[in-house]
Formats: sequence, structure tokens, C-alpha cells
Amino acid sequence: MKGTLLFNALREAIDEEMYRDPLVCVMGEDVGQYGGSYKVTKDLYEKYGEFRVLDTPIAENSFTGMAVGAAMTGLRPIVEGMNMGFLLLAFNQISNNMGMLRYTSGGNFTIPTVVRGPGGVGRQLGAEHSQRLEAYFHAVPGIKIVACSTPTNAKGLMKAAIRDNNPVLFFEHVLLYNLTEELPKGDYVCALDQADLVKQGSDITILTYSRMRHHCLKAVELLEGKGIEVELIDLISLKPFDMETISKSIRKTHRVIIVEECMKTGGIAAELMSLITENCFDDLDSPPVRLSSQDIPTPYNGNLENLTIIQPHQIVDAAEKIINNGGVD
Amino acid sequence: MNKVMSNNQDKTSQDPIQHREHADRLSNLANTKPAEINREIGLNLFKDMTLGRRFEDKCAEMYYRGKMFGFVHLYNGQEAISTGVIGAMKRKHDWFCSTYRDHVHALSAGVPAKEVMSELFGKETGCSKGRGGSMHLFSKEHHLLGGYAFIGEGIPVALGAAFTSKYRREALKENSDSVTAAFFGDGTCNIGQFYECLNMAQLWKLPIIFVVENNKWAIGMAHDRATSETEIWRKASAFGMSGEEVDGMDVLAVRGAAQRAIERARAGEGPTLIECLTYRFRGHSLADPDELRSEKEKEFWAKRDPLKKLKNDLTNSGLVTDEELKNIEKEIDLEVNDAVEFALNAPEPDPSELTKYIWAEN
Ligand SMILES: Cc1ncc(C[n+]2csc(CCOP(=O)(O)OP(=O)(O)O)c2C)c(N)n1
Ligand SMILES: [Mg+2]
Repeated sequence: MKGTLLFNALREAIDEEMYRDPLVCVMGEDVGQYGGSYKVTKDLYEKYGEFRVLDTPIAENSFTGMAVGAAMTGLRPIVEGMNMGFLLLAFNQISNNMGMLRYTSGGNFTIPTVVRGPGGVGRQLGAEHSQRLEAYFHAVPGIKIVACSTPTNAKGLMKAAIRDNNPVLFFEHVLLYNLTEELPKGDYVCALDQADLVKQGSDITILTYSRMRHHCLKAVELLEGKGIEVELIDLISLKPFDMETISKSIRKTHRVIIVEECMKTGGIAAELMSLITENCFDDLDSPPVRLSSQDIPTPYNGNLENLTIIQPHQIVDAAEKIINNGGVD
Repeated sequence: MNKVMSNNQDKTSQDPIQHREHADRLSNLANTKPAEINREIGLNLFKDMTLGRRFEDKCAEMYYRGKMFGFVHLYNGQEAISTGVIGAMKRKHDWFCSTYRDHVHALSAGVPAKEVMSELFGKETGCSKGRGGSMHLFSKEHHLLGGYAFIGEGIPVALGAAFTSKYRREALKENSDSVTAAFFGDGTCNIGQFYECLNMAQLWKLPIIFVVENNKWAIGMAHDRATSETEIWRKASAFGMSGEEVDGMDVLAVRGAAQRAIERARAGEGPTLIECLTYRFRGHSLADPDELRSEKEKEFWAKRDPLKKLKNDLTNSGLVTDEELKNIEKEIDLEVNDAVEFALNAPEPDPSELTKYIWAEN
């Protein structure tokens, strides 16, 4: 089969950047000899040695803090959260140090770090391994947050994140690692702060990110069959939002749905909807709608798990209702 | 129950046995070889410690006069540690990492008193441009990795600086022999990062010195009420690491221990845990009424004032005269007054720059 798997696209990005810049290094649990829990750093240990691909003990708080100190003194570390959920233990270092330190130091130090790893709701991994920390970290100042969704943007965004001089939280999704796609040739990067206009349409805007992009694509197809033209935008940058692209689309369609995998309360859409209300109120023909996961710990049972997160048919229903009635319910 | 409680209280603050315990530890130190010094080094140590002491006294004055705000933690009593360790290291080459009790570490690292004082006044000329404050002093120029307000969070950052040093040597084949010193208190030795970082430091033989300033108290929590094994230096052995306990009121003793640790670190032999037995002469912060520590305990430690000790050592050995030391004190007072004058007259940060320094690009 032609094409590159998403985890290999990430791997290529890291490999190319490590080759280009000897200050780029990787640290985390099982990133070295084991090659990473999702094989994103496979074979890099053999290629770059034990210091550039550092297998750490299970000590998230401390190895994340170590990355900060290494970045302050000249390195460009990539920290792997074996699962992004584990970075709850590193919340202090991500917030107080990565996010705030440049400011509290009055510009003395920069923290060029990437914190990356698998997140999201997988297949029956249970509540603790199904977290969407992008929402929890959203309020931290001084960090960029991006979510990749295809092999092409995974590689381009990862390279951009590594080259960026700010701390970047980079969200991958457990269920997207095996997506395949033919990658653009040569060295390319994707802008960290630009949303991806996946499909143009004039009836309604759907904003989404990460795995939900693919649920939305299914919904878009179904809606097309019903004669509804969706403009689909993958946010890519969860912080800051690309409000230019978003506003432009809403000016065109006058209707918007946000589809997210995080929980509704305090979620990504909660913030995005506020911004849309502030910036695009007059352009809207109907209230903005958000489709989010239930505000519950993700259940283990497969049926319950499916009920917890948004499914394509719910997106279709919501879009139809807005277009036909001007609102949901 | 009441009886037990009051007994317990007696034990932490009144009981003379505790003092014997301190005295016991201080008179039975495992490796006490102090540093050898000459006249020039002696004078430098004295200057640095005097600056630390006088600067902090001035801070108290300015705080009560309403010139500085927030939580301000002074270092009085512990000067031998900052001077003993940092004075034995190479400024602008080695790295230093502190806590919220960071003014004197910054001064020892070479950050000018003017920059520290104006940071405390929240001025643009401060070492953190008035954005950090007392607990967040930073200076890239002087390799000060910062003051950290949360317990334990500076330790991993210091570990990262030590990792960079090792990385430069091993992965980039550069000539790299910088050493990092991480300073923190006894209370901090009960948090996870301490143990996590001891493990990693020894595992990778990182050039780092963990300097525990055991002043017996963590705000109002007596060390022995919080800690099962009170001799912190012994914890090094659980990691196969070198550990040393030292009289933290004796700058030459601290300097000696630091020199041994630095030598090991530069030679690639890895980290050291140094526990300095010390005492703070003031409350935890300037907002602390300091009601729990007994007068007896304070008297015991006041007799061991590290500045008096160094003065005696220097004059008794005939290296310097009393007169010379008095002159240094006068010079330092002038320097501190200048710093205050400078800070008072320094500009406030420009409100239009409120959001500057969030991103690397500006
Ligand atoms: C994570 C965290 N918890 C609690 C505090 C509040 N706090 C500030 S200083 C301190 C005591 C620290 O004692 P020690 O480590 O002995 O240092 P010392 O103040 O004696 O220098 C505490 C509990 C904090 N700053 N950070
Ligand atoms: Mg203490």
C-alpha cells in the first residue's frame, strides 16, 4: 500500500528535525529502546543515541520540568506523554514553568519545547486513558495548543512545533495513528496557527478538530446527499483559534456547529462559542450549536462509550435542524 | 490527648533535648574538612555574606515602609550556604536554581543589587522586568535559572540544566563542564520531585548539586514533625549517591563540601546531596508572626551567626583586620542604599507592554 501511516509521519518529522538540528532531543517513558508506546520514535534511539532519545523513569512531573530546564539552557526537547492523560502529573510544570516562566522572568528565558502524545477517547480504554486534556490546559497562558488529524498535517505541524520557540502542546489521537496518506514530497511545514479549510460549502459551517474531523467528514457526505452544503473547518490550532478563517466562514454561511470530543463543560467549544458570539454575532442567522461529549468519565462498555461521544448521525441531525428550523430543538 | 499535644509542642520548640540533637549533629559531622582560603577569598566571602545580610535587612525595612509587596522571604542566618556554594562555583558558567527565598542566591550569582532591589519594587529595571517579583528572580546573563514559588518545582528545572551540560558533552562532543546547584529547604525534601530527581540525577550521573538548606522549619511545620528520617543527607545513599552533612553556619565548611561536590560533578562522577544544617533568623516571610519557634532555639542559633563566625575565623587567623571588615561593611551599606535609591527612581513597566514576554517573539 502506498502512503505513510500517521505515526510514521510524526516519526519522519521528528527524525528530520533531529537530523537538521542536534539540539532537538526526545525524552519520555519508553521512547528509546521500545520506540514509543505508539512507535512514533521507533529506531531513533539507535540512530541518535541514548542522550538524544532519552528513556526516562516514570516521573512525569520531573521529566517535564527537566525539559523546561534543558530548554532554558539551550536544548529543544520534545517530551512524550506516553498517554496525554499522564501529563496531569506534570500539570504544575506545564502551567507554572512552560506557560508562565518566560513572562515571570521578564523575557530572560524562552522555553522551546514540544509536549506531544496520544489523547482522546480510544476503543474501550476506560475513563483514565480516554482524557482530552486540551480542555484542561486551555486556560494556561503562554502555550500553543495544536491537534493533528491527518498524516500530512501531523508531519507538517510536528516540524513547525519543533521549530517554534514557544512551548507547544501537540495532541495526537489514539485512533488516528494508523491513517494512511501520501505525504507531500520534501521538507514542508504547516502553520501552527492556521485552521484547515477541509471543504467549502455555503449552507453551514462546521468547526472541529482531531478525530472528530473524520466523523464530520462522514456527516458532510450524508448531508450532501440531502442537498446541504457544509463548509468544514479543522481548527488545528486550539490556542489561539484562527478567528480569521472562522469568522470568514461564518460571514458566508451564517450558521455554525462546533463538534468536539472533549466534555461540554469547560470544553474547547465553550471558549470558541464565546469568541464567535463576541465576534460574529451579527453574522449569525441562528444560535451557534456545540456537539460535545457527555460530562461524564468515559465508560468502559463499548455501547456506553459510543453514547458518550458524538456520532456522525448526531451531526447530520443537528445540521438539518438548524437549517430547517433555525435551531436545535 | 491534650497532654500529648502539649508534650509534642514542647518537644518541637521548647525541649532542650532538641538543641542537644542539633548540637550533636553539628559536633559529629561525617566529613567536616573545611575549605582552605587565602586573604582574597576570605574577603570575597565576607563581602558576599555581608551583602546578603544587609540587603535582606533593607528589604524588611522597605517592606514595612510599603515599598515592596506580596510574600517576601528573607535569608538571614543562611548566608553561609549561598556564599559557600555559589562562591565555590564559576559565575556565568555554572547554573543556579533557587526557590522563593531567592534574593541572596541571586546576589551571590552576581545579579547586581540594583536589579534585585528594583525587581522587588516591581520596576522595569528589575532582573525580571518587574513581572516576577520577590519569588521569581531570573537572570539569564548570570545563569540564575530562577526563583520558583512552588515547592519542589525548581529541582527538575535544575536537573534539566545539568542534563544540557551532559548532553553537550556526550551528544554534541562539546567541551562542557558546567555544574548546576539547586537550592531548597528541608520541607521540600518531602515532595515527589525531590526523589524523582535524585533518582534521575544519579542514574545519568548528571553534574548537579542538591543543596538542602535545613533550617528546621517549613513555615510552622517543624522538620521532625513532617519527616520520618530527619537526616536528609542519608537519603542520598538510597540512590547510590554521595551525600554529605555540613555545618550550614560555617561558610568554610560549606565551601569545602561544595568544592568536593563540584569536583566530582566536573569529573563526570555525578551528583551530590549536601545537607546544610542552618536556621533562619527571621520568620518564614515578612508576613509570618513567627510564634512557634522558641526563644531558646533562636538563642542557640543566634550564637552560631555565620557572619560572626567568619569574622572570627578571618581575624583570628590574621588574614584580615577588624578594621578592614568594618570598611567592607560600610561599602556594602552604601551599595545597598544605592540599590534602594536606584529602585525608588526607576521607571514602572510601561502599561502598553502588559502582554509583552508571553511569546518568544516579543
Ligand atoms: C507546592 C507548594 N505547596 C505549598 C506551598 C506553601 N509553602 C511555601 S514555603 C513552604 C515551606 C517550605 O519549607 P522549606 O522547604 O523547609 O523551605 P524554607 O521556607 O524553610 O526555606 C510552604 C509549605 C508552596 N509554596 N508550594
Ligand atoms: Mg525549612
